Amino acid sequence: MKSSRRRFMKLAGIAALGLGAQPAIKAIAPAAGNGPQTQFSQGPNVLTARQWAMVIDTRRFKTTEDLEPMIEACHKLHNVPHFEEKNHEIKWIWETHFHNAFPDSANRFISEEAEHRPYLVLCNHCQNPPCVRACPTKATFKRDSDGVVMMDMHRCIGCRFCMAACPYGSRSFNFVEPLKGLVEKEINLKYPRRMKGVVEKCTFCVERLAEGQMPACVEASGGAIVFGDLEDPESEVRQVLRENFTIRRKQSLGTEPCVYYIV
Amino acid sequence: MLELALKGSKSYWTWVVALLGVIGVGFLLYLGQLQIGLGITGMSRDVSWGFYIANFTYLVGVAAGGVMVVLPYYLHDYKAYGKVTILGEFLAIAALIMCLLFIIVDLGQPMRGLNVLLYPTTNSVLFYDALVLNGYLLINLVVGWNVLEAERNGVHYQKWLKPIIYLSIPFAVSIHTVTAFLYSGLPGRGFWLTAILAPRFLSSAFAAGPALLVLLCLFIRKTTKFDPGKEQIQSLGLTVAYAICINVFFFLCEIFVAFYSQIPEHMDHIKYLFVGLHGHNALVPFMWTSMGLMVIGIILTVNPITRKNETTLAVACALIIAGTWIDKGLGMISGGFVPNPLHEVNEYAPTLPEIGITVGVYAIGALVLTILYKMAVSVKEEVHG
Ligand code: SF4
Ligand code: SF4
Repeated sequence: MKSSRRRFMKLAGIAALGLGAQPAIKAIAPAAGNGPQTQFSQGPNVLTARQWAMVIDTRRFKTTEDLEPMIEACHKLHNVPHFEEKNHEIKWIWETHFHNAFPDSANRFISEEAEHRPYLVLCNHCQNPPCVRACPTKATFKRDSDGVVMMDMHRCIGCRFCMAACPYGSRSFNFVEPLKGLVEKEINLKYPRRMKGVVEKCTFCVERLAEGQMPACVEASGGAIVFGDLEDPESEVRQVLRENFTIRRKQSLGTEPCVYYIV
Repeated sequence: MLELALKGSKSYWTWVVALLGVIGVGFLLYLGQLQIGLGITGMSRDVSWGFYIANFTYLVGVAAGGVMVVLPYYLHDYKAYGKVTILGEFLAIAALIMCLLFIIVDLGQPMRGLNVLLYPTTNSVLFYDALVLNGYLLINLVVGWNVLEAERNGVHYQKWLKPIIYLSIPFAVSIHTVTAFLYSGLPGRGFWLTAILAPRFLSSAFAAGPALLVLLCLFIRKTTKFDPGKEQIQSLGLTVAYAICINVFFFLCEIFVAFYSQIPEHMDHIKYLFVGLHGHNALVPFMWTSMGLMVIGIILTVNPITRKNETTLAVACALIIAGTWIDKGLGMISGGFVPNPLHEVNEYAPTLPEIGITVGVYAIGALVLTILYKMAVSVKEEVHG
């Protein structure tokens, strides 16, 4: 326990050094006492939006291999551990079938091509997120500035209320020490590891946005995933939404997911 | 008054030492869980609450059930219950202590538990649950202790207690209502998303709590010089009869809505529990057993002949306790998580260490209950003996 904390401090320290004058990494380190008001240090090229949103063009992904680069980019970058034991599984972004991603829109007869495509699922950064409503400590909160649903891993008590509340299964819990699921050499020192007993999920790569970069999956998608401001009519996201018919997951629940799918 | 719990027969001390042994084992297992993490349990990212939270939910019901003796005595002036209200209040205390312990053992970061109070979050039901559970615990401690002490000293309890006693009644209802709201307000969990969840919780609580009290009363009569009374036990039995009938009725309402509307999201969980889903059926035998136990319980408690016979009444109460425990402890929580939001079926079963920790928490509750009841019964023996 002690040594793992020291290790974490060391990594955080290295990470802070590594990022130079504008350590975006501090964003994820202890945010003393003020949850949603937390200020995140931003680089000079910070990307801003009123509500970040994502459009995934599922037509561009035919096979499991097509999705791998995005999943891998995310999980590597964020030190997401891998466990053989299924019960301990942690995932931020993963592949699933149409009828799992969209259980309420899965007709018995649908285009074969669409049915056999793999679908990427991740946290939807809902505009009306039930996970945030449920959390008793504001450890998960919707950032006022850009609508990202964030996690404060240092405040989370691991009650897992947010996991019960999320209707998309987007959240994972660290059932064991995450280091056990990481390969020592592959650990990304620029991103903090977690301690066991807390919940984690996709963060829309806030640490990259703060430095003016697109989320890792967007970058790895070769243009098949578009990311931008939902509230800006001129944004690329809005343009894509204007030109294509899209669907969202379990839209009838009123959570207002911000991940759209072109099918 | 605590000194009363220090004088006991050999069997009393054997029982206390045995409980301490079980608690010790549970505690060691818990240390293991602290070290390794909740990975020693059978929970997963799909079934993210398991045995701990299920038993927590059940015991909130037991605690709330205590009100079934407090209410008739203080509100309806039903004098007979004067002898047993303290048993109801002390049962509530033991149950609530177990509830709080179950929450703590379920936390991934228990050292941070106080964050719930440090960062009060008024939109979270868990915040309110923490408030009402602790409030109800405090009320029962204050009321139970002072009323018992007054009885020992042969005086009427203090006047200022009266409003607190009245307050305990809505509090008892609120603990189980708020606990139901933990589940029933979550979008996308079809099994829990029903307005009748809180009433269902209450009805099963008002069956299980008094049923346990009946057994405890019979046990006290047998082992001590204090007799809680025939009439009292019969009245409790009648409460159990009504509550278990209403509980099963509510359940049937649930079944009707799910299966007549045929909305898959609402049907699938019930199907999983009672007939299995996509070949997964771990809970099917348990759920049918639970239904069977509750139905036999209804027959035995509603029929006046078997209710008035204390032996069959005791059997009925034991069956009802078992039936409601399976229903809430096994079915209610994991049933709500299977199938998961992506409509995959990943089942849950508690692991041995998880069961060990659970038994340890129950042993702490049993120890608290033993000590409190020892005190109460000793006072009663002093006064009435
Ligand atoms: S997808 Fe789930 S975790 Fe993400 S914001 Fe929505 S409810 Fe919360
Ligand atoms: S597990 Fe953590 S983030 Fe989730 S509800 Fe509990 S405290 Fe909040």
